[in-house]
Amino acid sequence: MKAAKGTVFKYGDNVDTDVIIPARYLNSSDPAELAVHCMEDIDKDFIHNVKKGDIIVADKNFGCGSSREHAPIAIKAAGVSCVIAETFARIFYRNAINIGLPIIECPEASRGIEAGDEVEVDFDSGMIRNLTKGTQFKGQAFPEFMQKIIAAEGLVNYINQK
Amino acid sequence: MGMTMTQKILAAHAGLPTVEAGQLIEADLDLVLGNDITSPVAIKEMEKMKVEGVFDKDKIALVPDHFVPNKDIKSAEHCKCLREFAHRNQITNYFEVGEMGIEHALLPEKGLTVAGDVVIGADSHTCTYGALGAFSTGVGSTDMAAGMATGKAWFKVPAAIKFNLTGKPSKWVSGKDVILHIIGMIGVDGALYKSMEFVGDGIANLTMDDRFTIANMAIEAGGKNGIFPVDELAIAYMKEHSKKEYTVYEADEDAVYDEEYTIDLSTLRPTIAFPHLPENTKTIDEITEEIRIDQVVIGSCTNGRIDDIRTAAEILKGRHVAPGIRCIVIPATQSVYLQAMEEGLLKIFIEAGAVVSTPTCGPCLGGYMGILAEGERCVSTTNRNFVGRMGHVKSEVYLASPAVAAASAVTGRISDPARI
Repeated sequence: MKAAKGTVFKYGDNVDTDVIIPARYLNSSDPAELAVHCMEDIDKDFIHNVKKGDIIVADKNFGCGSSREHAPIAIKAAGVSCVIAETFARIFYRNAINIGLPIIECPEASRGIEAGDEVEVDFDSGMIRNLTKGTQFKGQAFPEFMQKIIAAEGLVNYINQK
Repeated sequence: MGMTMTQKILAAHAGLPTVEAGQLIEADLDLVLGNDITSPVAIKEMEKMKVEGVFDKDKIALVPDHFVPNKDIKSAEHCKCLREFAHRNQITNYFEVGEMGIEHALLPEKGLTVAGDVVIGADSHTCTYGALGAFSTGVGSTDMAAGMATGKAWFKVPAAIKFNLTGKPSKWVSGKDVILHIIGMIGVDGALYKSMEFVGDGIANLTMDDRFTIANMAIEAGGKNGIFPVDELAIAYMKEHSKKEYTVYEADEDAVYDEEYTIDLSTLRPTIAFPHLPENTKTIDEITEEIRIDQVVIGSCTNGRIDDIRTAAEILKGRHVAPGIRCIVIPATQSVYLQAMEEGLLKIFIEAGAVVSTPTCGPCLGGYMGILAEGERCVSTTNRNFVGRMGHVKSEVYLASPAVAAASAVTGRISDPARI
């Protein structure tokens, strides 16, 4: 798998799917339209500042709340290449893998990375490098089963291949 | 090593003699559910799959309930997409406006979910059916698409937390207070990736509607599912509502639990979750300040069933909603609506100055039918009080039982139903 490299946007505990993409925009399912409102209720500047390849780092329970797949879709369509968190809410975790948004659980990285840091993630090894601070962290590798889904770039392709 | 109730259901649906926590399995599905928000995304994904159609037209339920009756043109397009897909695939359990209700109140009522089932739904509150002894869990749209196409889903077998419920709740304490108490105790990620298995003598003192409310909010503790043992009350409910065969699974004596809690229901008090997380709970006795409100919502997949509507009516009967307060009552299904009408409850609400709406998720997720302005506060029987959940990012939602919500509507501030 390819690596991700970008500038970090940092958030705290329990970033819920309602702030990732508020329900008032769920009358659309168009990724580009959803991306425009990504993180709007927690960080109005996010969508103006995010560049392709940037990385979101958060603390515990990222993506808690609703099952809306619009949440990882909005993040991916906003150009984010990877989300690193101490833990993820389980439905968000499944959804991210199913749509091919790379996510990594790594409590040490979540503590050792600040907003604005340049970070590089190698998905094969799970290594997370903080280029700004010169530190590195080992993220949790995906189980083999999920690696196959990710390698196929999502569940739909995985099923088609079977 | 013994299995939990959830693990037994999953093993049976994966064709395995045993499973253990952490194991990845593929399980057969008894029902796949979607609504008007999540299904259009799933339908788009399914169209990319090389499949002929759905795996079983009788094992899919499509319920437009979030933004219906259509709130705007875009919502209307989503519902049209859902309706046409249902028609094209001859989906048996598609519920049009007029027949539909809020999905998690509707499906058990229609007998589509029974004990022993494995159910996935593209809605996080799909965990509700654990009240009947089913394994049910929320997924996203792509999982829903794969489920509709193949009749299967992958799961990581969850570890479990055991909640031993004892005693009898007092007059104004209901299932909502039980689950808010638990979320306050373990936190919004306290059961992350895990099953919440409820056991104990106290369950006999909880109505089915109480149990639906408790299982419904398992997700608010991060849980994969919440599940109750199948007792006489659950069997009576299924016999009344369903023709489907049910299977009773019981946890092994030596099942392994990560944690165990005992909760004496008789000690619980009306409990309220303060903004902006369901874990920010206080009992009514711990609230010392006056919290003035602007709106009350009584309804949702959490608390829109007949018990809930009756409780609200009991408090509002002969009383009036406080001046300047909007009180919105939303029976969760057409059947609850009709029953409330026949019992004279709708008259009580209207005479009290409340509005009664057709079933919809509407305000719960800030869709429509009761959006909050900047600085406004709402006491709501719904399930989430996140930032901006019901409207403006600077509005506030206080989660509570129908009793507390109705009492608060009468006084205009968060109130103890026993003291109005």
